[in-house]
Formats: sequence, C-alpha cells, structure tokens
Amino acid sequence: MSVPEDEIVQFDNVGLRYGTDREVLSNVSFTLYPGRFYFLTGASGAGKTTLLKLLYLAQRPSRGAIRMFGTDVITLPRERLPAYRRRMGVVFQDFRLVDHLSAFDNIALPLRVSGVREADLLGPVTDMLEWVGLAHRAGARPATLSGGEQQRVAIARAVIGRPDMLVADEPTGNVDPEMALKLIRLFEALNRLGTTVVVATHDVHLLRKVPDSLIMRLDKGRLSDPTGALRYPPRRVGAGE
Amino acid sequence: MKKPPVLARAAERGLSPFSGRRAAHLLPQARLGGPMPWVIAIMVAITVLAAGGGLALDNLADRARGELAGSATVQIVEADPQLRARQAEAAATILVQDPEVAGLSIVPQEAVEQLLEPWLGTDDLEDAVPIPALIDLRLRDGADEATLQRLRSLLADRAPAARIDAQAQWLAPVLSALSALGWMAVGLIALLAFTGAAAVWLAARNALGTNRDTIEIVHLLGGSDDQIARVFQRSILTDALAGGVLGLLIGMAAVWLMGAQFSALDSGLVSGGGLENTDWLVLALVPVGAVVLAVYTARFTVLASLRKML
Repeated sequence: MSVPEDEIVQFDNVGLRYGTDREVLSNVSFTLYPGRFYFLTGASGAGKTTLLKLLYLAQRPSRGAIRMFGTDVITLPRERLPAYRRRMGVVFQDFRLVDHLSAFDNIALPLRVSGVREADLLGPVTDMLEWVGLAHRAGARPATLSGGEQQRVAIARAVIGRPDMLVADEPTGNVDPEMALKLIRLFEALNRLGTTVVVATHDVHLLRKVPDSLIMRLDKGRLSDPTGALRYPPRRVGAGE
Repeated sequence: MKKPPVLARAAERGLSPFSGRRAAHLLPQARLGGPMPWVIAIMVAITVLAAGGGLALDNLADRARGELAGSATVQIVEADPQLRARQAEAAATILVQDPEVAGLSIVPQEAVEQLLEPWLGTDDLEDAVPIPALIDLRLRDGADEATLQRLRSLLADRAPAARIDAQAQWLAPVLSALSALGWMAVGLIALLAFTGAAAVWLAARNALGTNRDTIEIVHLLGGSDDQIARVFQRSILTDALAGGVLGLLIGMAAVWLMGAQFSALDSGLVSGGGLENTDWLVLALVPVGAVVLAVYTARFTVLASLRKML
C-alpha cells in the first residue's frame, strides 16, 4: 500500500494485549497529518497512555500495522528506531526528567543525543529556557523545581529538536488552569511552526481552547472519531466526504 | 510567554556519537566506580605475579634444558678398581674418537668421593662401597636415545661395565614439575581473566539497573544502544585504567622483590629463572589486556541488556 508523503502516522487495525489478558487497545485505525493539532481524549484507563506509547515507539502492538513517516515501524529493526524517535518530541505524564541533570542539561539532552556540538547547543537551549520562562532556573535540578516548572522543562526538552510530531501525555494534569492554558498556547505556537501535536487529556474543557483541533476519543481501548477527520483508509483532511 | 525559538533543525537527525564529558555526565551512577578500580587492581597485581612466576619458571626450564641438552654421563660400575680404571680408560679412548663426541673428561676419583662424602662419610669410601668411575661427555647434536644406544654398543666389548645416561634424564622430573607449574600459572591467569570479566559483568548489570529510568529516557529521546554502551565503556575505561596502573605497580614490585630474594639464594638452578627485558614488557602489557577485557565485557553486557528493551 502506498502512503502519501504527508501522512505522518497510520494505524491500521492495531490491537495490544498484555499476556493473555483482554486487549487494552482493540482495532485502532486512524491517520494523522502533518501540521495538525490533535486531542486524544477518554476517561482514565481508556488506553490513552498506551496508545501514546505506541505512537512514540515505546511499545510494539500485538497485532495490526503502524506506519510512521512512510515506514512500517512494526517490522523495523530496533537499531533503526532511534532515527524515528528523534523525529518526535514526547512530554511524559510524569515528566521523566533526569534527576541528576540541571534544567539546562535536561533540555539539551535530545540535542546531545543527536550529536549537536556543545558550542552549537548553548544558544538554542538558552533560547528555549527563555521561551518557557525558566532562564533564571537553568542550573536547577528537577527536584528543586515546582510541578509547573518541571512541566515546562519537559516540554522544552520535547520541542528543542523541532520534532515533526509532538506527543504529550496529560501535559496539563499537574498544573493549575492558568498554567494549563499557557501550555496549550505554547503547543499551538509550536503547531503553527509546522509540528504535528498530539495531546492526550481527559480535560474536556481544554478541547475548546484550540478551535482547529481534531479529536480522537478512546473508550475502553476502542477509538471513535467524532470529527471524522481520522478515518482509515487514509484520505486528505478537508478533501470532502 | 515568548514565541518558540527557531532552531532551524538544530538537531542533526543522523546517528552520531554521543561522547565526551557530557556523555559521561549523563549517567553519573553508571560509573561502575566504588570497588571496581580496586578489584581490577587486585586482579592485575595477581595476574602480573602469576605471569612473572610463569615466565621465570619457563626461563629456568629453558636454561636447564639448554645446558643439559648435549651432556651425558658414562658410569663404569665395576667392583674391581683396576678393572674399573682400565675400562674407563678404554671407554674414553673409544669415545673421544667418535665424531658425535665434542669432548669428554674423566671425573677424578677424589672429586667423586668428595661428592659422595655428605652421604657416605669421610672413611675410605672405596672400602665401604664400590664407587663407579664417571666420564662427563659432551655431544655435538644432543644426547638423544639413538646416539646413546650407538655409543653403548661401541663400548660393549672393551668396557662392558659402562652405562651411558643423558644428564637431562636426571632432571626430567624437575623439568616436568617446572612445566606443570608454568601451565598452572597460565590456568591461574585464565581464571583471573574470567573472574575479572565476571566482576565487570555484575557491576555493569548493577549500573544498568540503577540507571534504568535514565536509559529509557535516553532511548525514547532517540539515543541508540551504541551511544548508551559508550557511556558505560567510558566509565569502566576510567576505572580499569586506574586499577590497571595500580595493579601493575604492585605486581611489578612484588615480582622484582621475589626475583631479588631468589637471586640472593645464589643457587645455580634458581638463579637461572630471572626475567628478560621482553618478559618485563609482557608484564607491562597485562593492564592493557585487563582494560580491553573490562571495556569489551562492559560493552557486551550493556548491549545484551539493552536488546531486551525496545
């Protein structure tokens, strides 16, 4: 099956089960397009985090096919996965900052992993710290940062490499409404620069904050598509149906 | 909040090495540290001692073999002193004409009696037991059994009481014991290498477990197995270098002291077991081998563990 170049992600009948338990994700099929803003909603335990893990290549499904950036990532040898992970930025629900690294070093980590020279990363990391309002906390360790500050460091780390796709798992779950709105505005700004954004949230109020967003809804491991923009087999968004 | 900075794809997307101090800083607890430099130092010191001992024994055996290779002893075992003397003269006359014989000397009877004095006392030994006449024989192409057999048959008529034995035969059990000790040293070195590799394996697995969260994060940020393995390699390299140098110094000092002690014994056999310059060079290479072994053990351990992660 040929995949149009501008389809960034395709899930085809994907299922995931742990051991012999029932499937936590079942028959999940959708496409994601570049430069769009997606919300993944659903109640707690609906499978949002599991679906995101498949998206950011932390897990392989039990069945089905997943294509990312035009490549079948299910059969991809694991030594080729890093190149695909570098095209994504991930904001984990629990931030997953490296405890013994400063805010600066945490944000610089994706660039260092990508082999950017120290001299070349100083400027971008400093800019990013300013962008998330943490320039004054550059040398602080995560343990000394507030929840909101940690959240912003995690976001800065996710976007520093200008990923093709940003995946954020409940990024507003640990912050007050004001900070949640700021974070969403930050994602929108990044989205306007061309990055596809996928935000998992169970906060339905957040959905209204991004008018052009598309919504995926998970219910007990099954995906519904209230906006009709995610259907599979793929078609261009806005091509009319 | 300001607009996000335009990084112009600052992150190069190709796989590239993640190295240097910053890489080492990534996993501070990956430093296998703690006792590891000391463990490696002890391993290297014992290995240097074992290798030094093995090389000294090998040198000792080589020199002994070299000295005895062309030597044989003719004994005239005859109770009648006149007949014994005649047979010794006849044997010497026959042997000196043989092209295989490079030289010979009849050991004076007084010298033989002096040799036996500690065991038989100072009384007239000839009256106590018949003392054989001895001829020291030096052969051109070694004292192999075929040559000795031919010489025996030459003497059979005119010196029927003559017995010819290669001198190496007397020392064969000693040389065999030296060889066994040499192999024991090789075995000990192999065991030490295995134990050292096992210690590094355990330490690397422990460090992996301690840093599992960070490794997962690095993986999810696009870090490759090779990049993570390099961080651990760098860590063990530092430990192994420190331990190796310390162990070499301790081991070398111990070998030198042992050598000095044995030299002071002034025994002909033991003093032949000194170390050559090349032997000292071999000992100096022991920590290099230890470092290579430690680094590759850490690398393979880390890579094998990472393969279990996606």
